[in-house]
Amino acid sequence: MNTTTLILLLILLATFAHFVGRKRSLSVSNGNRGVNKLHSLPGYYGYLMAIWCVIPALIVLVAWTTLGDMMVNRHIAATLKTDSNTVTEVNLIMNQVRNLAEAGKPEAATDPLVQQATQQYISMQHTTALAKAVVVLAIALIGAFIGWRFIAPHVRARNQVERVLRWGMILCASIAVMTTFGIIFSVLFESIRFFQSVSITDFLFGTTWSPQTAIRTDQVGGSGSFGSIPLFAGTLLISAIALLVAVPLGLMAAIYLSEYASPKVRAIAKPALEILAGIPTVVYGFFAVLTIAPFIREIGEAIGLSVASESALAAGLVMGVMLIPFMSSLSDDVINAVPQAMRDGSYGMGATKSETIKQVIIPAALPGIVGAFLLAASRAIGETMIVVMAAGLSANLTANPLEAVTTVTVQIVTLLTGDQEFDSPKTLAAFALGLTLFVLTLILNIVALHIVRKYREQYD
Amino acid sequence: MSKTTEKVKAGLAKRYARERRFRRFGLASIILSMVFLAVLLLTIFSNGLPAFTQTYLKFEVDLSAEVLGVDANAEQAALRAASYSTVIKNTLAASFPEVKKRKQKKALRKLVSSNAPYRLQQMVMANPQLIGTRQSVWFLADDDIDTFFKGNIDRTLPESSRRIKDFQLVWLDKLSAEGKVEKRFNTEFFSRGDSREPEQAGILGALMGSLYTMLVTIMLSFPIGVAAAIYLEEFAPKDNRWVDLIEVNINNLAAVPSIVFGLLGLAIFIQLFGVPRSTPLVGGLVLTLMTLPTIIIASRAALKAVPPSIREAALGLGASRVQTVFHHVLPLAMPGILTGTIIGMAQALGETAPLLMIGMVAFIIDIPGGISDPAAALPVQIYLWSDSPERAFTERTSAAIIVLLFFLVMMNLIAVMLRKKFERRW
Repeated sequence: MNTTTLILLLILLATFAHFVGRKRSLSVSNGNRGVNKLHSLPGYYGYLMAIWCVIPALIVLVAWTTLGDMMVNRHIAATLKTDSNTVTEVNLIMNQVRNLAEAGKPEAATDPLVQQATQQYISMQHTTALAKAVVVLAIALIGAFIGWRFIAPHVRARNQVERVLRWGMILCASIAVMTTFGIIFSVLFESIRFFQSVSITDFLFGTTWSPQTAIRTDQVGGSGSFGSIPLFAGTLLISAIALLVAVPLGLMAAIYLSEYASPKVRAIAKPALEILAGIPTVVYGFFAVLTIAPFIREIGEAIGLSVASESALAAGLVMGVMLIPFMSSLSDDVINAVPQAMRDGSYGMGATKSETIKQVIIPAALPGIVGAFLLAASRAIGETMIVVMAAGLSANLTANPLEAVTTVTVQIVTLLTGDQEFDSPKTLAAFALGLTLFVLTLILNIVALHIVRKYREQYD
Repeated sequence: MSKTTEKVKAGLAKRYARERRFRRFGLASIILSMVFLAVLLLTIFSNGLPAFTQTYLKFEVDLSAEVLGVDANAEQAALRAASYSTVIKNTLAASFPEVKKRKQKKALRKLVSSNAPYRLQQMVMANPQLIGTRQSVWFLADDDIDTFFKGNIDRTLPESSRRIKDFQLVWLDKLSAEGKVEKRFNTEFFSRGDSREPEQAGILGALMGSLYTMLVTIMLSFPIGVAAAIYLEEFAPKDNRWVDLIEVNINNLAAVPSIVFGLLGLAIFIQLFGVPRSTPLVGGLVLTLMTLPTIIIASRAALKAVPPSIREAALGLGASRVQTVFHHVLPLAMPGILTGTIIGMAQALGETAPLLMIGMVAFIIDIPGGISDPAAALPVQIYLWSDSPERAFTERTSAAIIVLLFFLVMMNLIAVMLRKKFERRW
């Protein structure tokens, strides 16, 4: 019996338990005439019994499903482990075993050891699945029985149900915290393993990035150096170009829309900006490759410049356009938060609109605009698809926007896509890059949110 | 006139000019963004629309029993194994008897797509009585031929820089003169999975992959997000450290780069918990974590918009706090919550980067049948195709983008309509 049917069965049992509990609450309070004697509405007794039926069973089911496979794998791996083979070899054989088991063909294995392990794997999976089903259903039935026994007129069923509901909601809200911990846990642990083989100073201050390590000792390949300076330089270059496009255009668009535009213009421009914001980044990336990059190269050739086909300029420009709506909606918020009285005061002194904007509104909204700028910068640094498609792969340390550069996110993607062994410094390097990316954007976000919040309090 | 007035008047023209300049700059930035949007959409549509039609070529096929090696009374297995590719080869050779050179013969065989024998196989297996007859059949044209008939190969170019050579041009002209070329709606595109042959590549696999991923995402993120929002907005005690921590985390997670969520999925879901790679299940889990902040923030705003008088009335009539929220506040906030959820789902549908991390970039031909089958997603399919150099794949990439944009527009329209229909001013 697989997990899906088990869950469906549990839902069915819970519905059944609800009705039984409801019926029982009515019967213990002497039928319809006795309803008033119940502490809670009959339905709550039904919910109580359903909770008793489902929650313990569900906890066991989740625990078993997440840990069960791991235990079976570990057990089989232990039988495969001999003195002669390494952990990686065992992992390779385990992969083979799993694939064979999934195909249901243990006899396809050439190695008798693998064949035996596969058969054992299949039978163990079978047994654990059966055991899981039996145990979970038994717990559900026992729980339902306990709930059934509990039902009495004086039991505060509603309060109990509401308490369970409340804890459930707290658990849901806590998932945000768990996600953050999950991110930190996943990137930190792999990064620590990475820094055991590559020193932190080399990683942070090295100027060559060539993650290709020689797999065999006699192989002439990459040097396996992990200096991340070129990646950050490339990220910075592309982000700077993007911000150079997005900040003035976004800010001016927001100013125009909130201070100048007639309702008609606003009715067209606002949805257009929203559409721009809603276009997936993969589409921007494709557009950069298809149209913008060749266009820039043609212009460059026309005026006698050599432009790389994956120039930083193309990626940066398109990313800048992607950020315009983001920047403009954030600036719009802060500009609208400036009190009307300040504008009126300025107009009363005889200032023109643009003078008011430049000398009153922008200085007053400056913290918010800085916050918006920082959030946009964080978006630009973390943006992936545009640069994966439109920026280069080779790590050049250059400030020339016409050359190809690579970024942190591009390297994470190239290091982790495709089939790779999980423990090589090459894949671990991706997690180290992820960690630096996470920390960098986190700092930017916290500073930006802090500035924005502080500023908002000023005028509220 | 006083001196001050004169001074002001002298500067006035300059100040007005500055005002006009500033205003024009503002208008220019808006026009620039709109021009960019227009160019983007125009490029995508002009590139992608041709992919919705597909060129078919008609040939007289001689389904003689000798060539096939089976007769009409053969069993299904024998019918399946008959040599259909020989029939195709003979058909093409018979249509152009003048072709003698080896290289040209090879090119001739590539006139129709590589699935032509399967087309015959299906026909014959459905109706074995066809054996021994002559049939005229429409075959899917190869992608180069298709590109040519769509006018994307310039025949005035020198032969060496064309994908279609002069001798092929002669054949194609002959075929179209005989009316044996037809453009039809591209059903292949909507009914197949990925393929290495552009003319056989379709988006159904990616579409189903995206559908299952979205299903997992909405099943998890909607209840969790709404429950979290209700707790934070209605029940959470003030001045509680844990609640503060949750709020800070939600705000930060909303701004964490999406690729970091991919790393989380790879390290925690795949490596630690052993969720199968490349499946909609793990994709949905990752996207759930990513969309949760959006849904929570939108739901909180919707709950906050319900006036306190509703709560007070319910409490005054003896409802408990939970009953107040679930019977009265939540139904009134639902339109806003649904709008936020749909917008969050639209974001998730277009998200690519985290899916690359968890292996949804694999080349998958089969159409996934559930959440635990390996699958690609629509944006990932776009990314994969955009890497292929063939003109026909560029076309298909744009067509896939059109399909993706269609779904996004639909979702946003539904959100707008929900907001319009149920919006309430208190």
